[in-house]
Amino acid sequence: MSTFDFLLQGLAAAMLPMNLFYALVGVTLGTMVGVLPGIGPATTVALLLPVTYQLDATGSLIMFAGIYYGGMYGGSTTSILLNTPGESASIVTALEGNKMARAGRGGPALATAAIGSFVAGLIATLALAFIAPYIVKIALVFGPREYFALMVLAFITVSSAFGDSTLRGLTSLFIGLALSLVGIDQLTGQSRLSFGVPDLLDGIEVTTMAVAMFAIGETLFIAAQGATAPDKIEAVKGSVWMTGQDWARSWKAWLRGTLIGFPIGAMPAGGAEIGTFLSYATEKRLSKHPEEFGHGAIEGVAGPEAANNASAAGTLVPLLTLGLPTSATAAIMLAGFQQYGLQPGPLLFATNPQLVWGLIASLLIANLMLLVLNLPLVGLWVRLLTIPKPWLYAGILLFATLGTIGANPSVFELGMLLLFGLVAYGMRVFGYPIAPVIVGLILGPLAEQQLRRALSIAQGDIMTLFQSPIAAVLLILAALALIVPLILRSRGRGDVLTQMAASED
Amino acid sequence: MSVDTPKTNSVQRRPDWAALVIAAILLIVAGVILFDVSRLRDVGGYSQVGPATVPSWIAYGLIGLAIWTIAAAFRGDFPVREKQEVKPVVWIVAGLAAQMLLIRPLGFSIATGVLFVLTAAGFGARRIWISIPIAIVICLGIWWVFDQVLSLSLPAGPLENLLQ
Repeated sequence: MSTFDFLLQGLAAAMLPMNLFYALVGVTLGTMVGVLPGIGPATTVALLLPVTYQLDATGSLIMFAGIYYGGMYGGSTTSILLNTPGESASIVTALEGNKMARAGRGGPALATAAIGSFVAGLIATLALAFIAPYIVKIALVFGPREYFALMVLAFITVSSAFGDSTLRGLTSLFIGLALSLVGIDQLTGQSRLSFGVPDLLDGIEVTTMAVAMFAIGETLFIAAQGATAPDKIEAVKGSVWMTGQDWARSWKAWLRGTLIGFPIGAMPAGGAEIGTFLSYATEKRLSKHPEEFGHGAIEGVAGPEAANNASAAGTLVPLLTLGLPTSATAAIMLAGFQQYGLQPGPLLFATNPQLVWGLIASLLIANLMLLVLNLPLVGLWVRLLTIPKPWLYAGILLFATLGTIGANPSVFELGMLLLFGLVAYGMRVFGYPIAPVIVGLILGPLAEQQLRRALSIAQGDIMTLFQSPIAAVLLILAALALIVPLILRSRGRGDVLTQMAASED
Repeated sequence: MSVDTPKTNSVQRRPDWAALVIAAILLIVAGVILFDVSRLRDVGGYSQVGPATVPSWIAYGLIGLAIWTIAAAFRGDFPVREKQEVKPVVWIVAGLAAQMLLIRPLGFSIATGVLFVLTAAGFGARRIWISIPIAIVICLGIWWVFDQVLSLSLPAGPLENLLQ
């Protein structure tokens, strides 16, 4: 069957009333939580992971995908109206979008962000559907060596290639890797680092860790900044509709943003932020109105928002075809698959095509739902931003702990939440990135498995890793991704990398 | 959220003690890993690759990073920390600790209500006598939705038992 047939079948599955309902719940929750400042898609998915325990695999994955896309949409609303990006991929949107809102053009800014996200999400999801089968074919020739090399590359790009310090990025990654060791070794059944505590035999719960690292760490950090001036929410004045000129200036930016964002998301090279920065720079260079940049240029919202959503869809390419998460959000989605005993990768396309294609098709539907939810109902979401800080953060912690309690109502788990919340707070104070911890925690055991398989086949000879051309190339790329930024930083050229810091997703 | 982390340009005479503490923690973690896997050494099998292999590598990695951190501490390479308010953090930590201790004896609503109130207090909403009853009622509502409607099992206490 061709991709097209599969996609049609997937659409039929996604159109089932129950699945439509899950998608709707997912996008609504995702938008709602995504709008809240300080919570990005990674936290959103982590918070809502336990809610989906009771559902079947297809339904809950459809809901996740909706949450992921919804979080991306919701984040742009916060950036435009509050100038506090809800997620790191919306930082650029805040640059121009908030200026537009202050100039009374908040409506068109929100509209171009929502429509741009829709266009990008649509094109990128279709691209995902058509590219995935080819990557699956390539991935089938991958052995343990190649997988391990690919994971090393992902580790390096997530932790040290971007951000302001190789040292701190790598330290975060190794903390995640160390935590991933806890529990029963998957190949021999030996328990490691569990110190006789039965709660630790299953390993450290991903949900607990993600909630502690993102939601609790962030809340503590914001609380510790003391009473700052209240953020000003810009009211949406005038029409939300875009004028003819707005459309004329936006559509090319949407397409360019998609073209930039999708490949970056699809490469094992970190989160959605990088694409948004590149798109912003491109629009600034190509614009007929460069003087407007910095004062509310609509292209500066349209391009990055499209890039942001296109790379979100792009991230699903390595996740679904290779089982390789390249961002914290994708890592948590991988944990979502694992809770059903599903391992994303080439085999999933063969063993469970209904699920994969249903998921991809439901992304198209979620995208359409989000357009409807975000344009006419934007006023409703804006109300969320008027919640006073004490109640907002009290509510965030309420839901954060609700997720953990729902997954495992034990005092031990809540203790872990508190402990790692404090660790995450400390890491924020000292400028350590958080995403590498989560990626290390989730990808660590998979990388170890592949490495040990590869080494066992070669009877312990480490050189085997370099004897496969694909693996060797990937490892060389990883080494470059480690060394080049080090050189750049030591020459004082690190600012560019700092700006691209992948801090949350 | 990424924080602005300006680098200290002036060469510091004194080492950065906080960074040294971080390095010490990394060394302790590495030590714990090495100690724990030392009992697994014999399980290597004929390929010499066993459950201890990767943990040891990670431990060596952590030791390397600790040394790097110590070097950074002496060169003053660590970013300047912004001033942190301790009080709000204490309020919130107290809330999380209270929830942890109360959830078994008193159930989800009371424990989480206390967390809610203490967190809000950390952010400046200090009229506890008003917020406690409101928070507990809200939490009871949330408990009802998630436990009874979405069948997520949340610990029940005296209040929840009234609704069942």
